[in-house]
Amino acid sequence: MTNGRWTLVDGSRLITESLAQAGADAFVGYPITPASWIYQYASRRFPVALAAPDEITTLQWMSGLAAAGHLPVTSTSFPGLALMVESINMAYMMELPMVIVLVQRLGPATGTATAGAQGDVQLVASLISGGYPLPVFCISDFADCWRLPPRALQTAVDARTPVILLTSKEMVMTQRDFDLATLPPVPPVERRFYDKAEAYQPYATSPDVPVPPFLPVGQGHQVRLTASTHDCRGLIQHTSPEAMANTRRLQTKVETLTPALFELDEQENAETLVVAYDVTAEAARDAVAALRQQGLSVSLFVPKTLWPIPSQYHAIFERYRHLVFAEENLQGQWARLLFGHRLPPKVRTVTSVGAMISPQAIAQEVPI
Amino acid sequence: MSTVLLTDKLPYCPGCTHHHVTRQTAKALEKLGVSPLDVVLVTDIGCHGIADAVFATHTVHGLHGRSTAIAAGIAMALPAGKKVVVFIGDGGATIGLQHILEAARMNVPLTVVVHNNFLYGMTGGQPSGLTPPEFKTMVAPEGTHLPHHNLCELVHEAGAAFAARVVGLGDFSSTLADAFAQDGFALVEVLEMCTSYTPKFNPDFKLRQVAEAAGYAVGSWTNPPRPPFRLQFRGGKPSLLSQLKLVARQENVGLMRRLAIVLAGSAGEGVQYAAESLARAAVSGGLHATKKGSYPVTVGVGFSAAEILLSPHPIRYHGITEPDFLVITSEDGLHWAKPKLATMRSGRVFVDASLPQLESPVPVERRDFRTPFGAKNAALLALATVAQEEAFLPEALVATFDPRAKVATPKS
Ligand code: SF4
Repeated sequence: MTNGRWTLVDGSRLITESLAQAGADAFVGYPITPASWIYQYASRRFPVALAAPDEITTLQWMSGLAAAGHLPVTSTSFPGLALMVESINMAYMMELPMVIVLVQRLGPATGTATAGAQGDVQLVASLISGGYPLPVFCISDFADCWRLPPRALQTAVDARTPVILLTSKEMVMTQRDFDLATLPPVPPVERRFYDKAEAYQPYATSPDVPVPPFLPVGQGHQVRLTASTHDCRGLIQHTSPEAMANTRRLQTKVETLTPALFELDEQENAETLVVAYDVTAEAARDAVAALRQQGLSVSLFVPKTLWPIPSQYHAIFERYRHLVFAEENLQGQWARLLFGHRLPPKVRTVTSVGAMISPQAIAQEVPI
Repeated sequence: MSTVLLTDKLPYCPGCTHHHVTRQTAKALEKLGVSPLDVVLVTDIGCHGIADAVFATHTVHGLHGRSTAIAAGIAMALPAGKKVVVFIGDGGATIGLQHILEAARMNVPLTVVVHNNFLYGMTGGQPSGLTPPEFKTMVAPEGTHLPHHNLCELVHEAGAAFAARVVGLGDFSSTLADAFAQDGFALVEVLEMCTSYTPKFNPDFKLRQVAEAAGYAVGSWTNPPRPPFRLQFRGGKPSLLSQLKLVARQENVGLMRRLAIVLAGSAGEGVQYAAESLARAAVSGGLHATKKGSYPVTVGVGFSAAEILLSPHPIRYHGITEPDFLVITSEDGLHWAKPKLATMRSGRVFVDASLPQLESPVPVERRDFRTPFGAKNAALLALATVAQEEAFLPEALVATFDPRAKVATPKS
């Protein structure tokens, strides 16, 4: 008999349990394949689980719960996310913490509900009107299903912002053998509320921290939350310098407080870096292992923070002559976010729609 | 001096009924003796939405039509004694009608104050779902000739604890106070006049007359008391991992290479269970396994298919381009598997003997899966048969899910 606590488990279960252990206390659900397993698990596990009548209500209820001091979570896929966009912008502007687990499936529109995809990367990177960044973390394997949710939740609290936890059908609806003994304890989210005697200004920051302290509505100080352009007190302004400085702060805040999470497996003398995220990262790991077995030097980069782009990423890319991006979408969305529409010659893409990218397809693009 | 309002100067056009609604709201809250910090005012887009700044309460200013929904999130999470008040216009009530009905149905403890001036004031006067048929607006200068929603009736039907309609003239603070005093969903529709746009298109406008002609009845409607929708946060629920069946894992039983098995059958015939059982048996034999299902949206009918991957090494990429074994137990399964079958260049196919002869690029074995233990066990029998014949799992592990073994070893 081997050691460990082996079982068959799916990614949805790990993600949900990890979020609950980290301290997310309310799940608001609206069913959509392939995100429904998370909803189903959450309804058994979360301190509160609500069945919303649609995805706009989902995000609005979450915002209300967050305004009252809770840490809400939902899971959805593109059609649901599309309905949530205005409300996510609202929560972003109000600076309310929450996590949206986005389980990607094949589009456009309703596409194919039970086929995986990585087609929403550019969408989530541009979700906030005006180009303000939203933190986007991406799960690359079952270990991440456990480790990333608490990071997403902590970032939501630290930066007072909605956070997208990106995954896809093949990650959350596939069962695997897994040793539960390898799961580290989940760090509970650390959260502090405003506790001073002076009147509370919901959007006033100190010079060194770009995030205002949080105070739920209904307590001893007046709290004003607003989705419109506003000053430090939460009062609507047109485009006053104070209000615009407050809006600009949202960019600085997210860029400063989103941790750079990635896996970098470099080999000496390697000239090629293979880049992949989500389930394609698993294919990339296999591809790189196979190439190394053939005696080839090749490095691997798996970004877990997809957006905003951490400053160190480009320094890593600059070390390589060739970059091979493997993405299950039409044109290599993340590569284009990094390098623009006209990819430089050193960048190659391996793309696919409607089918997982195989390790062989990735290995073929690595120059020998 | 008001405790609820910070100033006498309100931000609306001269003569606009919004002045009156704001003041009457403050008066009603004062009548009830509620502290402003026990009140959350949730406003919407529309002229009334700029009221935030004059209120000493908590204020939340959200999206057009969505104020009732965010307010519901707040109200269901706050303790009893707090008052959540929504300011919404007739336009907001139209776009957010579902949120209002949902909050009424759930009896979320909040009060929606509808500023119904029959038009969108902020954008120049367009008709809403509450505009009377003959009422003229910028984009409908002849009127819409469409009936308006009866909001009070709708929320009453949906279960609102309290619904009332008043004409926004005179003192209606006691109606508002009745609404705020509810521990449940209440709605007060105030019929109003937008002084900037109404006279422009309706020169002889008289609020009471127009309301009456449109069938806007004044009054209040109640439902028998029922509990308000307030959340109970229950921590300490059992871990989702504690519910998982553990597998006692042996050292590797000796599978040398990665094997991909695709099982295709019919819904209700245990396909997913069989696939999971095989995966579990393999894991107990020290192998690594992935399993995923594929079925139509109507899970109770049609095909049900599963992909199982077994490997002596940890599995990362779990896609299957070509199965080593394609196992088909029913016609639904055959129909689903045909495209896959056509592209197979290697591997073997096992089909139920009842199915028609197949054209196949690879060898096809016919076995009787469906009759020995019935259709419900066809998938289990099929996988057990293939595992045994192809000897990729030892007998003892196959026996853990083989229906034949269950018959052979009677319960002790
Ligand atoms: S535009 Fe009409 S509704 Fe708006 S404040 Fe002026 S009078 Fe009132």
